Amino acid sequence: MTTPGTRIRLTGCAKTFADGTRALEPLDLEVNAGETLVFLGPSGCGKTTTLRLIAGLEMPDACGRILFDDEDVTALPIEKRNVGMVFQSYALFPNMSVAGNIAYGLKIRRVPEAERRRRVAEMLEMMRITELADRSIDQLSGGQRQRVALARALAVEPRVLLLDEPLTALDAKLREDLRLEIDRLLRRLGITAIYVTHDQAEAMALGDRIVVMSKGKVAQIGRPRDIYLKPADRFVADFIGNINRLSGMVRNGLLELPGGTLPWDSPDGPLQAALRPESLRIAEDGLPGLTGTVISAFFLGDRQRLLVEGVAPEPLIVDAPNRIEISAGDTVRLTFDADALIPLSH
Amino acid sequence: MNRPFLFAAQLGLTLLVAAFLVIPVLMSMLAGVTVNFFQGISSGLTLRWVWRVLDLYADTLALSLGLALACLACTLVLGVPAAYALAKRPSRLTRLIEEMLVVPVAVPGLATALALLIAYGGFREFRTSAAFILVGHVLFTLPFMIRAVLAVLSSIDLKTLEEGARSLGASFPHRFFGVILPNCRSGILAGSLMVVTLSIGEFNLTWMLHTPLTKTLPVGLADSYASMRLEIGSAYTLIFFILILPLLMAMQALSRPRRRKET
Repeated sequence: MTTPGTRIRLTGCAKTFADGTRALEPLDLEVNAGETLVFLGPSGCGKTTTLRLIAGLEMPDACGRILFDDEDVTALPIEKRNVGMVFQSYALFPNMSVAGNIAYGLKIRRVPEAERRRRVAEMLEMMRITELADRSIDQLSGGQRQRVALARALAVEPRVLLLDEPLTALDAKLREDLRLEIDRLLRRLGITAIYVTHDQAEAMALGDRIVVMSKGKVAQIGRPRDIYLKPADRFVADFIGNINRLSGMVRNGLLELPGGTLPWDSPDGPLQAALRPESLRIAEDGLPGLTGTVISAFFLGDRQRLLVEGVAPEPLIVDAPNRIEISAGDTVRLTFDADALIPLSH
Repeated sequence: MNRPFLFAAQLGLTLLVAAFLVIPVLMSMLAGVTVNFFQGISSGLTLRWVWRVLDLYADTLALSLGLALACLACTLVLGVPAAYALAKRPSRLTRLIEEMLVVPVAVPGLATALALLIAYGGFREFRTSAAFILVGHVLFTLPFMIRAVLAVLSSIDLKTLEEGARSLGASFPHRFFGVILPNCRSGILAGSLMVVTLSIGEFNLTWMLHTPLTKTLPVGLADSYASMRLEIGSAYTLIFFILILPLLMAMQALSRPRRRKET
């Protein structure tokens, strides 16, 4: 079963609410057919508003246009857009069974009974909840509810699937399981999907591309890899993962920092850059390194996270391998590669 | 103080208070089936008075039941959509409307009735029909329906539920009848029982609004107390009890907090 993806285009879509709040600055955006696009940002950044515009739950300000393929859907309310939507709070109908919920959209579309049953069974199987078919919604766990919500949204073969923080209400382990499942599902169906989240790990795992938003504007659009490794600005760098700030001076082929010097191949002058925790390494004996003191060390299982002061003007967050014995108070020598630096324009 | 004694004392007091309240009721019910109340039970038990009441006042019974059902229909048609509208857009205005709705409950029924008489008493056909009483009853019971439904609607995430239905293509009638109404069923049921019970028992308003041809059960009761022998009045009360008790009990059962598994 494959739903051919729909291409979505937004042109000049702004949103000002009745009370005068500008939730979204004019936005131009194209979502490729079959792509999973993730809107990422802190609360109030406009990501949910954008999703609601695409859904048809909100109308853009005058001039804004929304196209599904070549059809202008700007004036269509959500009922007529044929979108599937998954909500953070599930929005399942408590008066219906699991199967009843999944069949609802098909009933509205007057799909014949036999076909409806077949479709519901297919959805139940796809979400691996066949045994829950006759349960009432009250009897389901959070993870099961979100599976039902996905099945219900997909049962009507929507043109696009819209997910509004679908995993936020679930606990960590379940969140990860369901995230993997959603990822597999979206790839298999080839449906165009828009996913809103404030969780950067979720965004990177699921998104073909990520749109990082801040204060109603797009801060950066790109593949997860690009967003992480080449953040456009301070905001993006800070919001996605942890970031260290470095400011030093390059003189005569040496980078001078408070913790010492490293051989450096760049013209003389001040250096301002950012660095991810995993780009910092413990220097091997005999090789150049910057000396610092460990203020705190957290063993995280797959790695250990150190806070090291004395190396740079500000304490550095360092991800070190899990096998090295390090504790607070220890002296460490750190090094990093020039190409790991993230230039910061502002 | 030792605990068994304390418990016994509390139980005793509770039973005493309960008896204080229940004994007059039982006495009255008993009077309705006693051959001669002044001679006491020894005079024998009979259903004669009950039949007599049914004979004399059958029309008041029928009118009361008819009015209660008509009142229920009106409050359902007016109250449920009103509650939905109030729940949909919570604002200062809707708060105000909600408060205003209680006014007919707070103002003495006699005053409301007087106002109705002054305003519409001139329309003779209307004034002399049972519809006139119905208007009073609807005015008085509507807030109870709205409040009961509103309480349930406010406890569910109406907005998301509706958005979920909309995303699946449901138009407003589909959503209203397929999703919203079934999900406030408990409120509608509680409100309905309340409305029927209040309408059947309403006296203040009705006494002012009724004509000799539009007597309801409580008005008939007052009438029988004033002009009939005690046994008949009591038998009448007995019938009223039999009518209203199941409704009260159902209401009690509904208002008990429902056990729900939360996740």
